[in-house]
Amino acid sequence: MTADLILTPNMDRPDDIYAGLLATHEGLTKDASDALNARLILILMNHIGQHDVLAQALQAAKSPEKG
Amino acid sequence: MNKIFEVPLYPYRRHADQDALSPAHHKVAVIGAGPVGLAAAVDLAQQGVEVVVLDENDKVSFGSRAICFAKRTLEIADRLGLGAPLVDKGVRWSIGKVFFDERKVYDFNLLPEEGHKRPAFINLQQYYIEEYLVKRAREIEAGGAQIALRGGNKVAGITDHGDHVALSIDTPEGQYEITADYVIACDGAASPVRSMLGLDFVGRVFEDNFLIADVIMEADFPTERWFWFDPPFNKGQSALLHKQPDGVWRIDLQLGWDIDKEQEKKPENVTPRLKAMLGDDVEFSLEWVSIYTFQCRRMEKFRHNRVIFAGDSAHQVSPFGARGANSGLQDTDNLAWKLKLVLDGLAPDALLDSYDAERVFGADENILNSSRSTDFITPKSEISRVFRDAVLDLSEHHAFARPLVNSGRLSMPCTYDGSPLNTPDALPLGPARTRPGSPCPDAALGNRFLLDGLGDRFTLLTINTDAPDSLTESGITVTRLALSDQDDVTGALTARYLGDAPAAVYLIRPDQHVAARFRAYDDTAIRAAIRCATGQDIQA
Repeated sequence: MTADLILTPNMDRPDDIYAGLLATHEGLTKDASDALNARLILILMNHIGQHDVLAQALQAAKSPEKG
Repeated sequence: MNKIFEVPLYPYRRHADQDALSPAHHKVAVIGAGPVGLAAAVDLAQQGVEVVVLDENDKVSFGSRAICFAKRTLEIADRLGLGAPLVDKGVRWSIGKVFFDERKVYDFNLLPEEGHKRPAFINLQQYYIEEYLVKRAREIEAGGAQIALRGGNKVAGITDHGDHVALSIDTPEGQYEITADYVIACDGAASPVRSMLGLDFVGRVFEDNFLIADVIMEADFPTERWFWFDPPFNKGQSALLHKQPDGVWRIDLQLGWDIDKEQEKKPENVTPRLKAMLGDDVEFSLEWVSIYTFQCRRMEKFRHNRVIFAGDSAHQVSPFGARGANSGLQDTDNLAWKLKLVLDGLAPDALLDSYDAERVFGADENILNSSRSTDFITPKSEISRVFRDAVLDLSEHHAFARPLVNSGRLSMPCTYDGSPLNTPDALPLGPARTRPGSPCPDAALGNRFLLDGLGDRFTLLTINTDAPDSLTESGITVTRLALSDQDDVTGALTARYLGDAPAAVYLIRPDQHVAARFRAYDDTAIRAAIRCATGQDIQA
């Protein structure tokens, strides 16, 4: 059975998590922010680990209006 | 000093065929005496097939060219009778280091699996392999095999007449003609045979140039593979350092697309680049310098009736992963036994179509892997460079990112899943790595090795179960190799061939791929598997 990507609210402290994301980027140049985002994506992809879920996530990111 | 690649090994000599009133006929003509063509010829000749090899030159290839030979190639070389000299001469390595910018981000050890006769890889200049193949050809010729190497013989015309092929051959003393039942075109990426037949060769060109240099130096670099992404001595590009025998080091430097190749090849331009990499105090001399641009592409079909393509003439990959020469030798390994059976009238001509199916599958796997390596080494867009650099940065500190670093996924033999020659798996508890279509993994058996017992004939491998010592089906004789737990002193046989099954019967092809496997000997099922593996059931 393949796992489904979670697209319903799943973060325990959404406002804090979002503020943390912005704070991490604060003061960085565009290049440094892009590099940070790339590292973050790779770290999260590894944490998720499952190819099926990640494939759904890539699709959802590319076409948010679908699904 | 006379280097081996300067010595004519099979100089032009006038042959009686050139004075024949009508074209002389040969069973198989191999065009091209590179490693693939020579391996094809030796393989066929030692199985009793008459073969003539035609090449416009008379020497081994110039410069190191292919340098990394994988275990599967060494196993094939064992079957051809030249595994030992290759391994004795070659350099073994298992440590790789990856550098990014000015720092080492990590190192890895290939940690080869125990219980194999041959190492995971050796480094050896292509010209040595060619030299040993020529020697082996002479040796079997002296023993009565019908194998002829004709240097200074350039194929100028080829016509497939349906039931035979006619070749026109240019020599220093004029043109002559021969005919052959089959032609194997091993004439390289720029294959003149492919052009003469007007056949396609489509794929992707990578817009990049690489400088390769063979450098002779007495340096104390260890026997390791060093790969640099974006090093200070070659900013924005990549570099590779690899050791070969005889104190020769192979250096690959990425140069980018917009360069003047002739200028870059000049020693006065190459030397400063190498000094920047190796340090000013290292003494070295240049043996060979070349610049290459690569492509990933293949012919749509490798078999065109009686003309069959093998090696670079059929498929081309980027050099990352050592998938060129290694895959070419897997081509001939796959082809030789099939051609032998067809020529002997023991299998239908349609068996040759399975060469096409299996090796196209293998080529696609190699093209996929080498394209991915190239995309990592040479990012094609700004965002792909951002991700590439992020992987390298993370790899220094976190193990998870290291499997993503791709400086070449080193050549592994292909498993022919879905091949028409496979019988569906009937050993459900058996290991996945020996399912039908798999290349047989070696296994240490006390003081001998499994693969040495398989040879180049059909074999019935039985483990912990009974079977006839030999059987013949449709003219094909299969010989039993009987093993049991008592032979399995290291446990490798059980791990690789039994898994959780108490016993097993494997039908193994002459190229040492698994054709079928069962829990026990069943005469009807085994005979059906032999027919299937030799194409008797393929509808022409």
